[in-house]
Amino acid sequence: MSSVATAMTRRVPWRALAALAAAIPLAVMLVDGLREGLTVNPIQELTLRTGKVGLVLLVAALACTPLNALLGWRFTLSFRRDLGLYGFGYIALHLAIFALVDLGLDLDLIARTVLQKPFVIAGSAAFLLLLPLAITSTRGWQRRLGRRWKGLHRLFYIAMPLAVLHYAWLVKADLRPPLAYAVGVAVLLLLRVSAVRRLFGPRRRGVDYTART
Amino acid sequence: MLRRALPTISSSEITPESTYLTRMTRRGLLRAGAAALGAGALAACGADAPPPTASSDAQTAGPIRPTPDPRTPTASRQQDELGGALTPYASVTGYNNFYEFSTQKEAVATLARDFNPSPWTVTVGGLVSNPRTYDIDDLRKFDQEERIYRLRCVEAWSMVIPWLGFPLARLLREAGPTSQAKYVRFESLNDPKRFPGQRDRLYQWPYVEGLRLDEAMNDLTLLATGVYGRSLPPQSGAPLRLVVPWKYGFKSIKSIVRIDLVDAPPTSLWMAANGREYGFYANVNPAVPHPRWLQDSERRIGELARRKTLLFNGYEAQVASLYAGMDLARNY
Repeated sequence: MSSVATAMTRRVPWRALAALAAAIPLAVMLVDGLREGLTVNPIQELTLRTGKVGLVLLVAALACTPLNALLGWRFTLSFRRDLGLYGFGYIALHLAIFALVDLGLDLDLIARTVLQKPFVIAGSAAFLLLLPLAITSTRGWQRRLGRRWKGLHRLFYIAMPLAVLHYAWLVKADLRPPLAYAVGVAVLLLLRVSAVRRLFGPRRRGVDYTART
Repeated sequence: MLRRALPTISSSEITPESTYLTRMTRRGLLRAGAAALGAGALAACGADAPPPTASSDAQTAGPIRPTPDPRTPTASRQQDELGGALTPYASVTGYNNFYEFSTQKEAVATLARDFNPSPWTVTVGGLVSNPRTYDIDDLRKFDQEERIYRLRCVEAWSMVIPWLGFPLARLLREAGPTSQAKYVRFESLNDPKRFPGQRDRLYQWPYVEGLRLDEAMNDLTLLATGVYGRSLPPQSGAPLRLVVPWKYGFKSIKSIVRIDLVDAPPTSLWMAANGREYGFYANVNPAVPHPRWLQDSERRIGELARRKTLLFNGYEAQVASLYAGMDLARNY
């Protein structure tokens, strides 16, 4: 990126754009719901859609740090937390539709589902790992936890493979889409290993390396 | 189970396909008024025609356009013998698992629009004394009757559908299975030019299914040529499909071209794809869990709450004797 381009990226309202991008799928769901475009099995359709959007947003959040480290896209850091929270929001909606609407808050049914179905176990585990991250995402919690905050938020690196596993176990036969996510998440996680990162880009994180050229 | 003779329809009752299709869309329904076509029931269930989507494949499928059945969807009764309401025609023909067209259930109807099931032949062979290739019109000469059956998909959703057809047993008796014949193997059309989903080599096409001979001879086992008083539309398996109501939906193979009597259990497409999850029997059974879907309850399309899944999909009285002494958890 040239320095002119870098200067221009500072003027872009990135956080507002991220909010807009994250709101669009929800708006489409609402419009489709009102126009009865959610198939004749709307509960399943909503569960699948919210899960997919949540996963995409969480993968995007996971991509911000490597994009900054390797390409110097510092602006991605400004909305990294937003993407994570929006992604978590969709996942919370996903879980709520599944537990409250699909299973009708039937505790016995929920218990049996959680214990019996591997994909539900993986998904529930991913959600439980994401929950404390969402709660402690504020600056206040960041201050309070100090150095421990970073360690806690590394739970994301466990939650994401679990989320992809949840998706893969759910698929009937065509494993290619979840495999694509698995490769994406694996690459994004590997790029956090400093030895791997050294092969591709600058050594120090958070430095707008390309801006100097 | 319900049976009725094929309803006779005078030509004055016939609604042109164009009018019918317009009315089947939500807006069309509203415009036509709630009285038309039993629209009240359709609207109340929130059923709708599938959203129009682009389908370049279907456009180039062939020069001969299929001629849809001009008859209005009708059924002799509005519910099954357990009191479950019929699933609206638009839902039955707009939400289909038919991977030969697409893995997206709502996309199938649009992709299948230009599929022409005519001409069509069905070869009956294997261990039989009278092998024969039937023209589809010959098969339509078997006395057709209406059967209102529940369809339970392995994905834990269900419908109630008024099929038109005849018991498979009648065709098999005509073929005359030899004493070595123990199983029936069914095969769907294998034609990637007409089935865009078959260009994807993920599955071992063609679609194959199988039944034990006594299952195939059971009176419930139907060869369907129609639904709701009309010929089967392509997305429902035109021109001929199997309906085995006490088994998960994937056993009810569509667009059949071959029926062979064989001496060993056939390996179905789903057994080959994932034998741990899809067995040969695939009987609807709430007591046999599936790794993914809850099999002890289901969502009836059009309903919000789940309902309990019944053993053999509620046809226990007719079929339980077929499995006497068998461990159904092992023979899933």
